[in-house]
Amino acid sequence: MADLGRQRARQGPLNAVPVAIFLLIGFAAPLLGVIIFSFMPERTFSLWQAPGLGNYATIFTGTSYLSLLWSLGLAAVTVCLLAVICYPIAYGLARVFGRWSTLLTLLFTIPLFVSENVRLYGWILFFIKNGVMLGTLKSLFGIEMESWLFTEGMIVLGMVYVYLPFMLFPMTLGVSMVPQETRDAAFDLGASKWQVFREVDLPLAMPGIMIGFLLSFVLAVGALVEAKVLGGQRVIPIVHDIELAFTYAQNWPLGSAMAVLLMVVVATFVLLVLRRFDLDTILGRR
Amino acid sequence: MTTRSPVLELRGITKTFGTFTAVHGIDLTIAEGEFFTIVGPSGSGKTTMLRMLAGLESPSAGDILLRGQRVNDLPANKRPTCMVFQSLALFPHRTVGQNIEFPLKIRDVPAAERKARALQLMAQLRLPESYYGKNVTKCSGGERQRVALARALAYNPDILFFDEPLSAIDYKLRKTLEKELKDIHRETGKTFVYITHSLEEAMVMSDRIGVMRLGHMVQVGTPNEIYTAPNSKFVSEFIGDVNIMPVRLNGGRLVSDELGAEFLPPAVPTGFSNGHLVVRPESLRVLDRRDEAENVLTGTLYNEYALGSRIQYQVRVGERVFIAERLRQQALTGRLDTEVLVGWNARDSILVSD
Repeated sequence: MADLGRQRARQGPLNAVPVAIFLLIGFAAPLLGVIIFSFMPERTFSLWQAPGLGNYATIFTGTSYLSLLWSLGLAAVTVCLLAVICYPIAYGLARVFGRWSTLLTLLFTIPLFVSENVRLYGWILFFIKNGVMLGTLKSLFGIEMESWLFTEGMIVLGMVYVYLPFMLFPMTLGVSMVPQETRDAAFDLGASKWQVFREVDLPLAMPGIMIGFLLSFVLAVGALVEAKVLGGQRVIPIVHDIELAFTYAQNWPLGSAMAVLLMVVVATFVLLVLRRFDLDTILGRR
Repeated sequence: MTTRSPVLELRGITKTFGTFTAVHGIDLTIAEGEFFTIVGPSGSGKTTMLRMLAGLESPSAGDILLRGQRVNDLPANKRPTCMVFQSLALFPHRTVGQNIEFPLKIRDVPAAERKARALQLMAQLRLPESYYGKNVTKCSGGERQRVALARALAYNPDILFFDEPLSAIDYKLRKTLEKELKDIHRETGKTFVYITHSLEEAMVMSDRIGVMRLGHMVQVGTPNEIYTAPNSKFVSEFIGDVNIMPVRLNGGRLVSDELGAEFLPPAVPTGFSNGHLVVRPESLRVLDRRDEAENVLTGTLYNEYALGSRIQYQVRVGERVFIAERLRQQALTGRLDTEVLVGWNARDSILVSD
């Protein structure tokens, strides 16, 4: 037995080699490339120049840092709205709707099969002057209103709409992990409905809620088309700047620096959150 | 017992879920300080019944009276009652101390007072003081049991409900905890309403037992009454091993058509014409001589089971299997597959009508 165990232990690293090589070439190498590029002089396409921090300085002397702040801000607002919107739905899916939950889950999933751009243009048709909403209001009630398109609120609406499933499904999982008897016990011990929510539901559903937060936040920080399509370029998110730097401006080092900065900011945030809410501790595994 | 005032009265309590009736019009009075146990197989409606008493379900019909006050519409968090759940329902994200203090925290009891009360309860339930800050998920099954009980006691309820809290615990520990629970009952003087599917568990702890079947309360009585005078075949069979055979009354004697035998009856209930004769294994003995018992059957010894102080014998009479007992000192040896006599005295048997 011991021999077999040792043999297995020896085989472990060997068996991991193909995946390791794949990850090295497909994931680590490009990432490393981007990181190195971010320290190269402006507008070079070589990785072998003397490194410097010029690109990072450019981000803060120019307007790119504003884009970064917009991206982070929009993502934060989106995630907070999503949390408020999704909790009741998640609660319903996990506890109230019963056999209808499957159908509803399907309805929430189906839009994911349609391209994001197409869905966002759908919103344009809905909100545009003489479109679905304003057109109906005008012809039926004679009410004429300014279109809400191309505002910051519209961008948030688009982001909330697009990232809803990424908050909803982990959250539903979290809510369904709260045992009914534990909720009953708290209620039976004198807690009000609100206290049951605060003392039992919320902390016990926290792993799912946290995963939903992180997932939707990380995706929302990288949001681009919402601002382009629904925001009418009123707001420039950092991803837009990165795209421009790599394509139109042909300034790969600057684009790389922005990408690296975004990664560092988001990763720091994620790590901080994970440290504050250790998923294993919340689940009572440690 | 009769001098104690009723604390909980049920009047025609009924609960229906759609077309299914889980509890059928139960009337019951539980006295102050009583240890009352509801037993029944799974699906007998006992959990539903308890949840109604605790205020977690509302009855479809009937009234629940707590010290004379109708509490049908009083939610669980407003009732002076508390439940220990089957899963214990401890808060896994909290320590032992926080779990116990939960009901006190809800009532805004100051922290120092809460802690003092928690430590006092922990001492009473023999939980080491060092466990105060321990994560409750790291406690053993028996310890968690005690935490759940301490938490319920911290609420200081008039009545404690127990929903089979010992069912997931191994036999030996369960036996210890049963006795501890009974001690706690004596110490606190509170009313305990306990449900279990194990009549053995009910016997050990209860002042009175109510047996439920398919939503009906089929018999209520002291453990002794339930054991010695079950009022139905169901109740008699529910209490462990039992020998049971269909009989009819014929001229003052019981006739078993199946065995072609006649027996001397115990006290015959009025109006009895046919039903079942129940003989407990400890009353059915393997005999040395035919005149050792009033009723005797001849059968084949098929198997034997040592139970410690006693030995059980499986004796086959015709198609029917009987379980008889003997003290260990009088064990039969080398008699497997031979003919043996089993017998009982009329007064040790019970007649039930259905």
